[in-house]
Amino acid sequence: MKFYATWLTASVLVGGAALSTSPAVAQNTPGVSKSEIKIGNIMPYSGPASAYGVIGKTEAAYFNKINEAGGVNGRKINFISYDDGYSPPKTVEQARKLVESDEVLLIFNSLGTPTNTAIQKYMNAKKVPQLFVATGATKWNDPKSFPWTMGWQPSYQAEGHIYAQYLLKVRPEGKIGILYQNDDYGKDYVKGLKDGLNGKMQIVAEVPYETSDPTIDSQMVALKNSGADVFFNVTTPKFAAQAIKKAAEMSWKPLHLLNNVSSSVGGVLKPAGLDNSTGLLTTLYGKSPTDPSWSDDPAFKEWTAFMDKYYPEGDKTNDNTAYGYSVAQTLIQVLKQCGDDLSRDNVMKQAANLQNLALGMLLPGVLVTTSPTDFAPIKQQQLARFNGERWERFGPVMNGALGGS
Amino acid sequence: MELILHQVLAGLATGAIYACLALAVVMIYQAIDGFNFAQGEMAMFSTFIAWQLIQWGVPYWAAFFATLVVSFMAGIIIERALFAPIHNAPVLSHVVVFIAMFAILNSLAGFIWDYNVKTFPTPFGSRPLLGNGLISSHDGGMIGVTVIMLVLLYLFFRHTRIGLAMRAAAANPESARLAGIRVAWMIALGWGMAAGIGAVAGMLIAPVVFLEPNMMASVLLYGFAAAVLGGLTSPGGAVLGGFIVGVIENLAGTIPYVGGELKLTIALVIIVAVLVVRPGGLLGQRIVNRV
Amino acid sequence: MKQDLADKLAVGTTRDQRLGARALFLLSLVVIVGLPFVAKNFLIFQITMAVIYAIAILGLNLLTGFNGQFSLGHSAFFAIGAYTAAILMEHADVAYYWTVPVAGLICLITGFAFGLPALRLEGIYLALATFALAYAMPQLLKWTPLEPWTGGVQGVVIIKPDAPFGLPLNPDQWLYFFTVAIAAVMYLCAVNLVRSRSGRALVAIRDNPIAASAMGINTALYKSLTFGVSALYTGVAGALGAIAVQFVAPDSFTFGLSINLFVGLVVGGVGSIPGTLVGGLFILFVPNVAEEISKGLAGAVGGIILIAVIYLMPTGAAGLVRLIASRFARVIGVLIKPGSQR
Repeated sequence: MKFYATWLTASVLVGGAALSTSPAVAQNTPGVSKSEIKIGNIMPYSGPASAYGVIGKTEAAYFNKINEAGGVNGRKINFISYDDGYSPPKTVEQARKLVESDEVLLIFNSLGTPTNTAIQKYMNAKKVPQLFVATGATKWNDPKSFPWTMGWQPSYQAEGHIYAQYLLKVRPEGKIGILYQNDDYGKDYVKGLKDGLNGKMQIVAEVPYETSDPTIDSQMVALKNSGADVFFNVTTPKFAAQAIKKAAEMSWKPLHLLNNVSSSVGGVLKPAGLDNSTGLLTTLYGKSPTDPSWSDDPAFKEWTAFMDKYYPEGDKTNDNTAYGYSVAQTLIQVLKQCGDDLSRDNVMKQAANLQNLALGMLLPGVLVTTSPTDFAPIKQQQLARFNGERWERFGPVMNGALGGS
Repeated sequence: MELILHQVLAGLATGAIYACLALAVVMIYQAIDGFNFAQGEMAMFSTFIAWQLIQWGVPYWAAFFATLVVSFMAGIIIERALFAPIHNAPVLSHVVVFIAMFAILNSLAGFIWDYNVKTFPTPFGSRPLLGNGLISSHDGGMIGVTVIMLVLLYLFFRHTRIGLAMRAAAANPESARLAGIRVAWMIALGWGMAAGIGAVAGMLIAPVVFLEPNMMASVLLYGFAAAVLGGLTSPGGAVLGGFIVGVIENLAGTIPYVGGELKLTIALVIIVAVLVVRPGGLLGQRIVNRV
Repeated sequence: MKQDLADKLAVGTTRDQRLGARALFLLSLVVIVGLPFVAKNFLIFQITMAVIYAIAILGLNLLTGFNGQFSLGHSAFFAIGAYTAAILMEHADVAYYWTVPVAGLICLITGFAFGLPALRLEGIYLALATFALAYAMPQLLKWTPLEPWTGGVQGVVIIKPDAPFGLPLNPDQWLYFFTVAIAAVMYLCAVNLVRSRSGRALVAIRDNPIAASAMGINTALYKSLTFGVSALYTGVAGALGAIAVQFVAPDSFTFGLSINLFVGLVVGGVGSIPGTLVGGLFILFVPNVAEEISKGLAGAVGGIILIAVIYLMPTGAAGLVRLIASRFARVIGVLIKPGSQR
């Protein structure tokens, strides 16, 4: 019996020791030591949204660059990025892993609306910053209810508003047909446009599609048949290219508004056909990498040099790389502003204290600004028209700010 | 009414895509009495190989046939290397290996060629065929090639000795062996042919949907549905099924109130309903087991 | 003495094995109960999810493994269970422990309803029908008229329950015990079902449907009922999953989930009830392992691991686990044998 008991106790102890993986002792500032800062990130490196994985890779390259120059205030960035395959349960698992197992300081630029929604409550309950989420959903600007969550890019609804104002100005009698992705992102854009129009224009067709649809041909046929002469194209890159091509094939030439998400010349317009894309309208807030008018711009040259040295296999014509570069710069700015106080409280405080920050790859006039009541860092955008070669910006830099959900 | 006509035409164009892939599905079914989940991914990978060849300056038709040959051989190699060793494992284990292949091919393609969409050239041009731009010359070419493949397959199965041997091997391996047929090689040949047909399907589909690693995943569902609807024992049924599925899919979208958001659901419900009424598919034979 | 011990280890009687098995059982009980107190919250969460997937796989096993009906659509039942729990908790203020049986009941009915027309379909045709079900479910969940309940594309956020009666357990630990308790009940029921006359009828239908009906088994009724019961199990798992993840959205229940459950079924062993636990652990942890090996090629690595597993254990891991366990039990039995008999 004694043997029995000893054996059992031994097994339990062994089991217990094996199970409790002990990480570095967490101080008051989790994820921070004298020499490093642990930053967590969740990206869809596999699955239907895997095209956005480049963003994570660009950010990793940028942090490499920062580390080679000595890091931030003497601390190197340890960038831990996990794959969630765009599946919310997996995002929850990875977020918990980052916070509870890897003990990161914050989670930065995690991608996707349903995926970020899944972890929003958890992050706020645990008081871990969910900074600069990679989605334009409007609900991230809600410091009262979710003080630990902050967006970054201009919200989709704000963009919809801008299109609405434009339409009311140039074609108020137009009939609008909308093609939208049947998810949070698509519906957010549609809401923005509708709110902005406030019923003053006629929407003759509102046609959704699923990411699991092979083609959107039948949707395009329905749109053309509806008699619309304004086309609001809320699609992700692959489907945007298909839509532009199909419209040209059907000889349908509406006033074509393309959402910013798919405005990449290399990623969308070239495959669709540059001729087919002439006359398209969109809003921009960043410098388009394929725009030759930036070739002498020093900030642009800096980005090109960065890509060549730290991410040479990255696609410089892909807007996502410029995006990742700019968001990473924003985070570095926040960390710099924290100085030696890298507590999570101070990180959020500094994130909510960005004063007219200019970033190299943002358009001139577009600045990053936050305050304790304003969790939308970038609100400004400018309309642009595609002239067959590049996006030509026109009109003023507009502020389409929206708050709350 | 005009809308319905347009949707039908557009559906025929899309249907050609499904018909193409459905042929590959039927081909593999004839060979292994099962369904290869990775068929789409193999087709996608083949198309990437063709794309790479074209990027390196190889002219289109040379790249086309080179890819066909490579895919054919790859199909045989995959069968011999991956599936022959687990020949005696239960069917469900085979399905898991298909799933594994899907993951490997998809991941590998994304790793090598990244996830941005790429254009793939078409030898048929993109001029509108019927005036209203709903069917382009490429769509016409696609239909044409599909029909040619169908005819070739029909002739192969019905009028050649190897085709007969393959059908025998799939229907009754034991008896086929006794008759002197090398069953293992028939299966490998079936795989090779399916891979080749898949490659053709991929190269025809890519100009329409754009080439990227997830290109075939959504086509596969409809291709599978088309093959099953048409009857898995009939290549003609597969092609017919493809066109029917394309048209149903487009028409489902026109149904008021529900069509917009439930297009996929409605299309699938119709297909399953047809199957419940005719369990062997439209043109297929109902397999009756004698006890 | 050494020679004696070596002899004993080499031989070992079945009595030793039974003794060892009992010790092993007690040991595993200690581990299962003690785990939440020594492991980090995150690991507890992962194990809870693995057990949840195991229950879902058990449901699939009943249908595909024991009854031979091929289903690729179980993600739909998982979704129905999850959304039932979420809607009841969010809109009807129902306590979480009631949502689980309700989810099970609703899935029982829907599963049966699906199973009836599916009677006409065999093998690959049934596969397509279930395939279609899995694909259609996310779209149905997003359907605008249902939005007030389902939250449409936004999904529904729910709160993890606290331990009742003021027990000193954090929500993760409590949910773990809750899940394990339910799993124990479901597993006992499954074992009973499989060993009963009904269970034998199920297997008979799988192995030889014509002979089964010739012997008087109502194949139609049994097959549809099995569909229902299988859906019930997966629905219960879905409800537990919703509570564990605290969020439901259409994107959580895509066809990929069906594939995962299927892979878990085969890896664990088709027709093996304890194998489902192995399957659950596999589908939860292997993607993480694959990602650690190679970020860019995680999918490919996962696929290779999968192929390796099938090659090494074509009939699933359960057989191997049983073999190891019986050897282990034998060794333990010999070692702890009191006194110096024999």
